Amino acid sequence: MQEDPRSDSQSVPEEILQKWEARGVSRRDFIKFCTATTAALALPMTFMPRVAQALEDNRPPVIWLEFQGCTGDSEAFLRSNQPTAADIILDVLSIDYHETIMAAAGHLAEEAKAKTIKDYKGKYIAIVEGSIPTDGAYCSIGGRSALDIAREVCGNAAATIAVGNCAAFGGLPKAAPNPTGALSVQEAVPGATVLNLPGCPLNATNLTATVVHFLTFGTLPATDRLGRPLFAYGKRIHDNCERRAHFDAGQYAEGFGDAGHRQGYCLYKLGCKGPETFHNCPTVRYNEGVSWPVMAGHGCIGCSEPGFWDNKSPFYRRLPNVPGFGVETTVDQLGLGLAAATAAAFGVHAVASAFRKGDAMEEDKVKREE
Amino acid sequence: MLEIHYVWQWPLRICHWVNALCVVVLSVTGYYIGDPFAIVTTPTPYVMGTVRFVHFLFGYVLLISLLVRILWMFIGNSYASWRAFLPWLTPGGRRGFIKMLRYYTFTGKQITYEVGHNPVAATAYIGIFALFLIQILSGFALYGQYAPGGLWDSAVGWLLPLVGNQELRLVHHVVMWLLAGFIINHVYSSWLMDIKERNGTISGIFSGYKYIEPRDIDT
Repeated sequence: MQEDPRSDSQSVPEEILQKWEARGVSRRDFIKFCTATTAALALPMTFMPRVAQALEDNRPPVIWLEFQGCTGDSEAFLRSNQPTAADIILDVLSIDYHETIMAAAGHLAEEAKAKTIKDYKGKYIAIVEGSIPTDGAYCSIGGRSALDIAREVCGNAAATIAVGNCAAFGGLPKAAPNPTGALSVQEAVPGATVLNLPGCPLNATNLTATVVHFLTFGTLPATDRLGRPLFAYGKRIHDNCERRAHFDAGQYAEGFGDAGHRQGYCLYKLGCKGPETFHNCPTVRYNEGVSWPVMAGHGCIGCSEPGFWDNKSPFYRRLPNVPGFGVETTVDQLGLGLAAATAAAFGVHAVASAFRKGDAMEEDKVKREE
Repeated sequence: MLEIHYVWQWPLRICHWVNALCVVVLSVTGYYIGDPFAIVTTPTPYVMGTVRFVHFLFGYVLLISLLVRILWMFIGNSYASWRAFLPWLTPGGRRGFIKMLRYYTFTGKQITYEVGHNPVAATAYIGIFALFLIQILSGFALYGQYAPGGLWDSAVGWLLPLVGNQELRLVHHVVMWLLAGFIINHVYSSWLMDIKERNGTISGIFSGYKYIEPRDIDT
């Protein structure tokens, strides 16, 4: 039977709202959360009641692993944008293991993790923060290597969500010279179902939306080639940027605080990596939708892309350094030097060739005009 | 006895000059896109937008021109054939290559006299085709980022995770400068051959005709 989109299908059942009110979340806050999350997932608003229902029905266990990271993603999630969003998601999820926020310690914590893996094999969600070292004994927890833990936890999970650039692509720990042999989750556990939510930190709205998508549809959202969900990473920052009109116009800030910068011109010449970065920062923004780097006057540094740090630096130049040359030499200076050297070399060759005798063809046929 | 040979057929000459125009336009517009040196102050400008449009337009023109040229390698005359670019495959070609290289380095007296490309030039042109291919692949991969899942992203977007989009940009810049170096070399060598071979090397790419003394031809 076809539901009429104008009628009840858009409303959340009264008993669900009452339950959330009993937990201290006002119906206004709950509906705001469901609406915002449905919008973040780029779903039509008719899905909003399904989202609300899914939050009601499920309470999947979560194991949150942290390896070589700075806890920035946990922080971003716990202080997520809307005051109640974290409350709602933390209420919905059963977070059985999270090194930063769990009350248990030592053997008790390890037992809780082992129990979840055993009882909910193939049903729980693994969230991984930080990259996984493979050299030496870096980041061993409870006497086990990070790689060993990741293989067990992610290998038995229904789905693994790699949060932050370190877990998704290796991030800062994997930057040259990569002393710990750091790997991303996908590289470390090739068989696992991994969804990447890169960013430094990830945007909590995207994690919330991913979890809600999983609860609502039982599957992970559609992804790009790099395993990032299209709803959040399907468009380039540059193509949604509020400064884009200045880019197309040819109006650029040349330095921080100059006339162009004060007028909100494009930050392209200050090394903004918006043209090479896919993320929904311009639309979702950070901190309750207050702002994001480009809005605040600093170029994007490409934190949601693979190779972040190595190939996105220097942050204040458009292009990476040319390997083997000093940091002060840009590729275009080298190229200009190359072209000039070519011209000089052929100039010398030309002078020598012009005075060369006896190499011209068909000398006997040349008729010298008087 | 000097003979007049029709060497460069008209599709080849058109491709040559279209390529030349593309290299110039794409280099100038591409340099501006990489480093927008002119700051615009007029009230309603669209400078970068226009420059990028021209760059993409000429990217398509170069692509079409190259496809035509590759087609012509199979249906054109023997001087345009793909075989003309592989002098190394024949003993005569290998001898001619060494002879030409010795001429350029002042260690040999005689030019390798050919109706079409000499073996060193032909080898250089293989390199130029490779550079054009790199520019087209990297250029369209970078261009395709505006529409993930679109035509160009599906066709060449796989290069982005493979090489990295910043690395691809770096390559796109480096190859532009290599092409600039090639043009300097190419114009100089054409001039040198024009005065030394006396067979209409430069006029040949305008008219198609070269003036050949059959007894001097290296085989």
